[in-house]
Amino acid sequence: MTDKTSSKAIPESDKTGMHAKRGVLSVIATLWFAILSALIFFPIFAGLIASFRPGRELIRRGLSVNLDISTMNLNNYNYLMSGNADSQKYWMWFRNSLYLTLLTTVLTLLVCYFVAYGITMYEFKLKNLLFFLVIATMMVPFEILMLPLYKEVINLKLIDTTAGVILPGLCAASTIFFFHQYMLSLPKELLDAGRIDGANEYYIAVRIMMPITKPAFSAMAILTAMGSWNNMLWPLLVYRSASKFTLTIGLNTLLTPYGNNYDMLIAGSMMAIVPILILFLAFQRYIIDGMTAGAVKG
Amino acid sequence: MKAKKFLYSQKTAPYVFVLPFILSFIIFWVYPLISAIVMSFQNIGAITVQWVGFKNYAKLLKDSVFHIALANSFEYMLFTCLLLIPFPMLFAVLMDSNLVKAKGVWKAVLYIPALTSVVISGTLFRLMFSEYKTGQMNVLMTQLGLQTVKWLKIKWTSEIALLLLCCWRWTGVNMLYFLSGLKSIDKELYESAEMDGASGWSKFRYITLPLIRPTTIYVLTISIYAGLAMFLESFMLWAGNSSPNNIGLTIVGYLYKRGIEKDQMGYACAVGVVLMVIGLIINFIQLYLNGSFKKEEK
Repeated sequence: MTDKTSSKAIPESDKTGMHAKRGVLSVIATLWFAILSALIFFPIFAGLIASFRPGRELIRRGLSVNLDISTMNLNNYNYLMSGNADSQKYWMWFRNSLYLTLLTTVLTLLVCYFVAYGITMYEFKLKNLLFFLVIATMMVPFEILMLPLYKEVINLKLIDTTAGVILPGLCAASTIFFFHQYMLSLPKELLDAGRIDGANEYYIAVRIMMPITKPAFSAMAILTAMGSWNNMLWPLLVYRSASKFTLTIGLNTLLTPYGNNYDMLIAGSMMAIVPILILFLAFQRYIIDGMTAGAVKG
Repeated sequence: MKAKKFLYSQKTAPYVFVLPFILSFIIFWVYPLISAIVMSFQNIGAITVQWVGFKNYAKLLKDSVFHIALANSFEYMLFTCLLLIPFPMLFAVLMDSNLVKAKGVWKAVLYIPALTSVVISGTLFRLMFSEYKTGQMNVLMTQLGLQTVKWLKIKWTSEIALLLLCCWRWTGVNMLYFLSGLKSIDKELYESAEMDGASGWSKFRYITLPLIRPTTIYVLTISIYAGLAMFLESFMLWAGNSSPNNIGLTIVGYLYKRGIEKDQMGYACAVGVVLMVIGLIINFIQLYLNGSFKKEEK
């Protein structure tokens, strides 16, 4: 980074000196990220350690890393696996979250794909206006619409239903925007080729264009799934029956002032990270692509 | 037969594709947005709805709790912009250089906090910032030979906790945004600058900074909205929507308190409208100062 001149003009001895300097800088830079990563990972590590101890300790002592392996045990996890009423409750939340995440992701991706497809692949009157409106919806934070939406969902009799949770967010502007950006690079000639072969517009959209949009689907699937798995505020407002609670809402109900549920809370929290962590590690490289679209032209 | 032909024609197809967006836009965006504004001029009881004109807004002007919330959110937004733009940007530049080894590992670890839901991260931070001397932060204070602190009961120390939580969650994400911006910069620019003898700093100042501007503006815009609309972080850090002397109360927290907890929808909607106007004004000024509007005119 600090090389000042082109390498041609530098005598051999200076070159080795610069290599050494670069080597030192490289070690420092790498070390810096190692330290930063350790700091970032620390709270999760502390939580993980705490999940092997009685939850009562957390409320009495707070959370700190205290590696005493002799006092660690699997009781909290055994409790969650025991099949008693509490563990049944936990796994119900888990199932509800999985179901909601899966459904939200599939529906959001399909709808957003078609909307973006319509806006990107055709020339029609409303094209530019619609694109502008997609961007406009991004400019108002959800929190402002939350209360009227909540009232609306009650009026539409969608309160306490999964439809009520999913529908308002189905046409996610950022997802449409990303698909749009991606599709700009796809050859429109494919549409005409399909038409010449006698395929109708919908067949082209589904069977010809959708397969080549796969990378965009991967990127958006992960980001949508992450958002849905961790979504809390809106499901908290819409779901009322305890049997429909998701992990985030369920874990939140364990936060009582007396901490009698902390065994379940801490172990349950750690296990709640697992599915999304697996998804992340498996599809990590797509996430950067997924985030890029909004930023580059935003 | 005719209907089918109409539906399958190339003229109709785009409208079919974008139909879900148009519906969703009207039902779940325009309608709630307008009703938020309308409701802000109303007093909404269980049965009766009364038009009260600007009364809710007049009340907000004198509502000292709202002023606290406003100040808290504003402060939070300011600090998050100061912390979560320059540092992630520097980290990204460093990460983008050839100095750092094992990049994939650090990128993955730095992203992990974004995978955890606020319920989990907020709870971990609350327990680490416990007022007991056995909480992690107080353990650290003791090791440094300082007195223990009741972190979440004092305004400025709780601000630290909140900001650390925020930095913990978003540093990695913002770094990835900047990394994706950096990827689009032509590397030859740096090479020719090196030929001209440019220093590391001037390369950053005159090449990197101007060229990742779209990314910076994007991150700044979303940070302003996210900062002003922050709620769940504070909700989880104090395990509920109430903190001593409202030190953790935010605008959306107040909206939630009035709208959901106290069922004063009209007043809460006025809070939401104020939030929206502030957000739009700040972002408009920011985009204007950054010259985003000029660019479009060219």
